[in-house]
Amino acid sequence: MAYDYEKSIRPGKLPHIWCPGCGHGIVMKGLIRAMDTCGLEKNNTAIVSGIGCASRLPGYMDFCTLHTAHGRAAAFATGVKMAKPEMNVIVCGGDGDGTAIGGNHFIHACRRNIDMTYVLLNNHIYGMTGGQFSPCTPTGAKASTTPYGNPDPIFDISKLAIGAGATFVARTTAFHATQIDKLIAEGIKHKGMSVIEVVDDCPTTYGRRNKFRSVVDMMKVLKDTAVPVAAASKMTAEQLEGKILTGVLYQEDKPEYCAQYKQVIARAQG
Amino acid sequence: MAKKVALLQGNTACALGAVYAGCTFFGGYPITPSTEVAEVMSEELPKVGGKFIQMEDEIAAMASVIGASLTGAKTLTATSGPGVSLKQELIGYACIAETPCVIINVMRGGPSTGMPTGPGQSDVMQARWGTHGDHAAIAVAPASCQEIFSETVRAFNLAEKYRMPVQVLYDEIVGHMRERIEFPEPGELEVIDRAAPTCSPEDYKPYDAKSDTDVPPLAAFGSEYRFHVTGLNKAADGFPTTKASLVDFEERRQIAKVECPEARADIESNEEYLCDDADVIILAYGSTSRSARYAVNELRAEGIKAGLFRPITLWPFPEKRVAELGKQVKAIVLPEMNLGQMIFEVERIVKNDCKLAGVHRVDGEPINPGQIIDQVKEVI
Repeated sequence: MAYDYEKSIRPGKLPHIWCPGCGHGIVMKGLIRAMDTCGLEKNNTAIVSGIGCASRLPGYMDFCTLHTAHGRAAAFATGVKMAKPEMNVIVCGGDGDGTAIGGNHFIHACRRNIDMTYVLLNNHIYGMTGGQFSPCTPTGAKASTTPYGNPDPIFDISKLAIGAGATFVARTTAFHATQIDKLIAEGIKHKGMSVIEVVDDCPTTYGRRNKFRSVVDMMKVLKDTAVPVAAASKMTAEQLEGKILTGVLYQEDKPEYCAQYKQVIARAQG
Repeated sequence: MAKKVALLQGNTACALGAVYAGCTFFGGYPITPSTEVAEVMSEELPKVGGKFIQMEDEIAAMASVIGASLTGAKTLTATSGPGVSLKQELIGYACIAETPCVIINVMRGGPSTGMPTGPGQSDVMQARWGTHGDHAAIAVAPASCQEIFSETVRAFNLAEKYRMPVQVLYDEIVGHMRERIEFPEPGELEVIDRAAPTCSPEDYKPYDAKSDTDVPPLAAFGSEYRFHVTGLNKAADGFPTTKASLVDFEERRQIAKVECPEARADIESNEEYLCDDADVIILAYGSTSRSARYAVNELRAEGIKAGLFRPITLWPFPEKRVAELGKQVKAIVLPEMNLGQMIFEVERIVKNDCKLAGVHRVDGEPINPGQIIDQVKEVI
């Protein structure tokens, strides 16, 4: 029997705003399956986002949903989680939202190791505003604000998250649809800050400018550049050139922020 | 039984007032001269099971108090100068998403870093118009440590009742001054909690207004009510809309809920000192009103019929009463620690009914009674 996505979707809120060929719908379906697997209750789960195409995701989901301001999702979510630690908190948003204007909030949420699951949809571009380069647009690529090729180096989001202190970091792509829900589910179950980077595609504002003939071509690139971490350990640096590692990249058990603050309360009330 | 008293700094009084009002969440960032509010909250909140978090920046602090408020908590942030500028976008978010929260602004000089340790009153227009777009504003301006306590409580009440951000503006002088505080007993000051929805969870709409001045009840995340919140223009159900009639209704309602006559009567608060027979009114707020009161007494001793009109609620501005006074007196003298902000609001209201003169200072020093007295004598 086909999986029932409808039960997690708000009645009457589809169709979504995403363009044909956009990977965000694949990620949303993965998120739905993951949340279902983990048995997250609708009333006890907040989905928080910033601004951008990916940040429209919570509006479709039948949970407590908070569509905030550009870049601020992690900071709003921190307020929700601190004030009501018994709630499950999912954050979602794009690469520009999360690592440019929201970069400070992102790294500090990682540093605190607060128990939330950040699904970062990395399509390498500001899609909603028409395709300006983001901190994740490959060097040399064309964007509406890099007509002569992008001079900027990129952020490696997963490395950034690990460096900042997130205790569960995983990466996959929109092509690897069945891996999305597995990794998000692991992230939800992990106690602490989880970051799941899903590399996906924006055919409308990135693909067209960068000589991808079709969405299929973009998906092929996702398929071909992804290397599972286990396989990568047997590959040379030369072979790994231009590849992205997928799977669980980092995991450790460390004190979670709300649990730490519970001890602050205990000491204050001593 | 004798009341508990203490010698406290204004910023400490503010924090203790917040706890009295039932605040359980503080999100902040260090900045002079408001930092003591955060310091005291970090000590007091965990004692009552509340949460204190020092965020990574001013914007994050504002975001955290909105997020926490949506779970049902009464929330506070405190800042000054550039910190207030940084918070403006999300103050607008709290306006459109109708999320209660209180923002303390301990005013210093400016623009930019300006004079962090000196007092100023140059944020009164920022408190009204600082965030982009049309919106209502509520701001109160206490003038003593005792009043900082009680006005902080009232700010929470107004935030909860009108479902919006409320700003408490006081300058560095009152913020850092130490005065005797009498602590009100529990129940002595009114404490208002936001209205909870009474409809079934299936029927709940977070912006379902019953009239064009209504404040719909706000449910809490994590309760049986599930809803969507956005900073986009939205319909009654909380979901984005670009339908002109719905956008227009919501924009106007969110202003009218504060500026309709019933709400103004509830929110406005003024002190009048010897105004009844006055020929000249000194209109002053915050610490400047203390110099103004001294000036009134001196002028009266010299036979000049002076009075003090002190708006405690700055926004919405007491238009009706100021218009009446404008017709009664020969002149209004308006001292403020800026180069002229509230004076233009008064000019708009009194028009040519009486003379209007300002006393302005932006050198980090308070306005002294002598300067006010000189201006009064000159204008009459």
